[in-house]
Amino acid sequence: MTRLICNPHAHFSRRQCLGGAGGLFMTTLARRLALAAEQADDPGRPPMSVILLWLEGGPSQLETFDPHPGEIAGGEAKAISTSVKGLSIADTLPRVAEQMHLTTLIRSVVGKEGDHERAVYNIKTGYRPDPTLIHPSIGAVLCDADDQGADIPRHVSILPGGSPARGGFLGARFDAFKTGDPSSSVPDVKARVDDDRYQRRLADLSDVLEPQFARGRLIDLQSNRTLHAASTEAARRMMSSDQLSAFDVTSESAATLSSFGDDPFGRGCLAAARLIEVGVRCVEVTLGGWDSHVTNHALQASACSRLDPALASLLSRLSVRGLLDSTLVVCGGEFGRTPRINPAGGRDHWPHGFSTLLAGGKFRRGYVHGATSNAVDAKGTKGHVGEPVEIADIHTTIQTALGLDPTLEYETPIGRPMARADGRVLSECLTNA
Amino acid sequence: MEELKTDQHRNQKVCKMRKIATRFRYHQRIIPKQLDRENSLAINMSPPFDPAPIDAEPVDDKGPVVAELVGPPPISTDLGSPPESTDRTRPWKSRFVTVAKFILMGFLLLSTFAFLTTGMSEAHRETASQVTPTLTRQAEPAAAATEIANPYSETIREQWQLQIKNAGLTAAPPADWLTVCRRLSLAMVGSGLSLEEIRSLESLPENQRVARHRDALLNDPRFHDYWAERFTRFYVGADDGPFLVYRRRRFRTWLSDEFAANTRYDALVRKLITAKGVWTDRPEVNFYTVTFDSGDGQPDPIRMAARTCRAFLGIRIDCLQCHNDFLGNVSMGDPLWMDGTGEFREGTQQDFHALAAFFTAVDSEGLQGLQNRNADYQYQYLNADSEQPVAPEVPFRRDLLTPRAEPAAVTLTSIETPAIDSETPSTDSEPLKEQATAVPFVNERQRLADWITHPENVQFARATVTRVWALLVGTPPADAVDDLPLDSEPSPLMMTLSRAFIESGFDLRYLIRLITDSPAFQVDSRSPSGDESFEITVRHERAMAAFPVVRLRAEQVAGAAIQAGRVKTLDRETSLLLQLQQFGDRNDFLRRYGDLGEDEFENETITITQRLTMLNGKLTSEVANWNPVLNTSAHVGMFAENDEGVVEALYLANLNRYPTDAEREHFTRRLAEADSRQNAIVDIVWVLLNSSEFAWNH
Repeated sequence: MTRLICNPHAHFSRRQCLGGAGGLFMTTLARRLALAAEQADDPGRPPMSVILLWLEGGPSQLETFDPHPGEIAGGEAKAISTSVKGLSIADTLPRVAEQMHLTTLIRSVVGKEGDHERAVYNIKTGYRPDPTLIHPSIGAVLCDADDQGADIPRHVSILPGGSPARGGFLGARFDAFKTGDPSSSVPDVKARVDDDRYQRRLADLSDVLEPQFARGRLIDLQSNRTLHAASTEAARRMMSSDQLSAFDVTSESAATLSSFGDDPFGRGCLAAARLIEVGVRCVEVTLGGWDSHVTNHALQASACSRLDPALASLLSRLSVRGLLDSTLVVCGGEFGRTPRINPAGGRDHWPHGFSTLLAGGKFRRGYVHGATSNAVDAKGTKGHVGEPVEIADIHTTIQTALGLDPTLEYETPIGRPMARADGRVLSECLTNA
Repeated sequence: MEELKTDQHRNQKVCKMRKIATRFRYHQRIIPKQLDRENSLAINMSPPFDPAPIDAEPVDDKGPVVAELVGPPPISTDLGSPPESTDRTRPWKSRFVTVAKFILMGFLLLSTFAFLTTGMSEAHRETASQVTPTLTRQAEPAAAATEIANPYSETIREQWQLQIKNAGLTAAPPADWLTVCRRLSLAMVGSGLSLEEIRSLESLPENQRVARHRDALLNDPRFHDYWAERFTRFYVGADDGPFLVYRRRRFRTWLSDEFAANTRYDALVRKLITAKGVWTDRPEVNFYTVTFDSGDGQPDPIRMAARTCRAFLGIRIDCLQCHNDFLGNVSMGDPLWMDGTGEFREGTQQDFHALAAFFTAVDSEGLQGLQNRNADYQYQYLNADSEQPVAPEVPFRRDLLTPRAEPAAVTLTSIETPAIDSETPSTDSEPLKEQATAVPFVNERQRLADWITHPENVQFARATVTRVWALLVGTPPADAVDDLPLDSEPSPLMMTLSRAFIESGFDLRYLIRLITDSPAFQVDSRSPSGDESFEITVRHERAMAAFPVVRLRAEQVAGAAIQAGRVKTLDRETSLLLQLQQFGDRNDFLRRYGDLGEDEFENETITITQRLTMLNGKLTSEVANWNPVLNTSAHVGMFAENDEGVVEALYLANLNRYPTDAEREHFTRRLAEADSRQNAIVDIVWVLLNSSEFAWNH
């Protein structure tokens, strides 16, 4: 109950926060103090944000960031050189190739989950599925760590796919706010009747219904249980917020829109860049169409044709506006695809060595980590993946890059201590600064 | 010359093929027909020739060639109809025959598969669980339970009163009948009462209304469906699970049928634990197949152990999977309240893995689905140097576990004389299994199932009572629904309910009646007004001195809203139909409002998305709107006697209560002053749907 929704800033002071938390659990209080100390590290530093380009379905590493041209595993994909000397990526991503100097590319991610649902959970949270609890995703961790924010929700999922980011045991208030193609308006933020009628409705609600319900019931029903007035007020504030216009990409020039690729994903990436600028902390944009069990090359190429302009334009926009230092862009999916092409011309699920692209924040620019072999029938990671990186390592490194302490322990609802992330920091991927 | 040779050779080959074909399929014209074509092609075309594209081009049949090449005369006679007519009829006929052949083949294949799978999973034989000695009594018919005089009611009332007195609190007065009926509907069918139901209950004497409503709900298919879904969540989770090998909907439908039949709960649990066969044919097998993704196509004993412990025993032993208990979180022992010694010890890794070992006594054997085998489990404990065999054992009340018959096991996979199941596992080339086919073996899962559901294993009843209580009230009686440590004694009230549940023969409907008859369920959530008023605090809720105010789950909000929009009660069919057609975006509502998934009873704070969904969302608008064909708002607006009647009907339909005088007056005035009466009515519905009272159980 320390905070109401993703934006507690305007109506809950820090004292209330601490007081409320302390009243609940001493451990929670201690945790909050630790968080405060974390933020005090560098008061001048702008808050970090994350944009996650979520490639749902399992993008093929071989048709994106880790081509093996001329090999059996390589299939039809060709390699093109990039803005980083000696680095080639697949020819499906020509515009991204020009921006690779901004990124750290990890080609050696290894996972243990080969099922979509479980692998998505693993990559989004850094933990493998556990029936006793739901782990929070990166955006939830970030929003929980720091309450600087906006009138609009600070954790947003554009074009949410099968499993939008969740707050997990940190609470539903850290769930991503879900919205569709930015060409249409954000759902449910426009009143369906004129303002007079709406005000009259709200007045009846707060003056007649709510007092009647509260009468004689739980003494702190409104303030500590239903939070009806506060949440309605927060919703109202969002409905009338100027920041809402950050979702509206139609105000951008036609040239900008087309450079992102004027499709739902491109518009989503553009909206993500705009949202970051008004104080949203984590935006997830989903692009599907990667699950290519048949006709792999055609499907991957088609998905890449949507990813390419959006990712390239996003990186260049953030870089030009000087936002890449305070914004982390993560691009990847739940697993890669098999080096062996199946009889249907497809590639199947492959968690043993796939790619994830990271850019911004403390991540090194123009750096490649790890490699995969040309083997087509590798049974697993061994001998196939050089410098393997576990999924938990990526989370640990991302949190470090965001200025969060990955070893900080949450207390889960059943009282089990749980570190923010349970991997090692890939210090070679980070700048020393 | 070379060409000719090739052609001759080809002709010979074709002729040979043809003979073979005709030998097997001389009834069907299709083969000769195709071969004819091939022949003529072979003769008319010059090589190189690819024999594959048989259907590349229709080629005229060469009658004489056919006659020459065709071996058995009857066929050539068959084909010997005049060429003109052949040209017209043959393609049509052959196409028809081709299609028919494929259909027949498909049908045969499918039926063979169906035959194999049903046969192998013994669909028509009694399962082991149904012939266990503990289940000699048949499940009591639903109606019989109603007749049972309830000797426990008075005890429960006394214990409830004592509980409140000990806490130094005063109980709130009993709630009115409509409030209690709303609680029942929300808990049992996931929506509020319809206007129709309220009007019909009003015609009964007041003291009969709650019981009558409850009995109607108990036999309502919506109740069976809704509880099946809620139980499915804690049995197998809310996710779709592994592709193909897991059918969540099949499992839920099966559960719904079991609830409709009022199967004894202990028998139901035994069916789950001893499930055998194919997941499509025996839906309970999905209890296992849901773990196939982490078990490499086999049941995952770790997940099965953790799930079984939480779902049936209300104990979380997950942390013992990796290490011994050092925080005092999991104590094992035989508590006094379960007729034990009262001595406790810290839980160990062995407790967890010995339980997991029971679930290695089953494996998935392709088409035959799950089959029993001997347990074989190896585990390397923390700080141990190597893996070691782990024998199946239960963590407490070991005296209740059916002993294995002598002679004692030499190794874990060795063969023992059975106690319960003399069935042999399927043949397999592994030596151990060959041995097993010769000698009967121990059905470890049956032993586990019998131990869990043993009438003296009160923890099982306690966990079930807690679960049912939480489903009915919306929140568990104590902290968590699946965290009931052995060393914390259940309250006298819970103990009484557990004993009564066991004595009833694990009758869920009896338990529901007992709980909903109790003063703890029927108490109001507000203090009396006037001189007797007092402040209600969280302590009152905990002591059950006041009914807890609990946020409704997403599907309850949706269900209540959809029901509020209809005058008549939704039944199974209309509720499905309406939800699909009229509220095509009901799932969208659930997604936006936020489904709690498996965390059944987390009392989360409200999110901004939820608020926006109710304030401006499609569902609210569709329920409130003036729709003379479907909606309560329009029906009430058109047919109520006067404005006061409109306000009352809207309150009853949406909040399931009568308006207070002040409310009646306020909204009647709104209607009178409005420019548009229709809009004013829609506004009232919107306000009611957006109130806390609508979205919270009270």
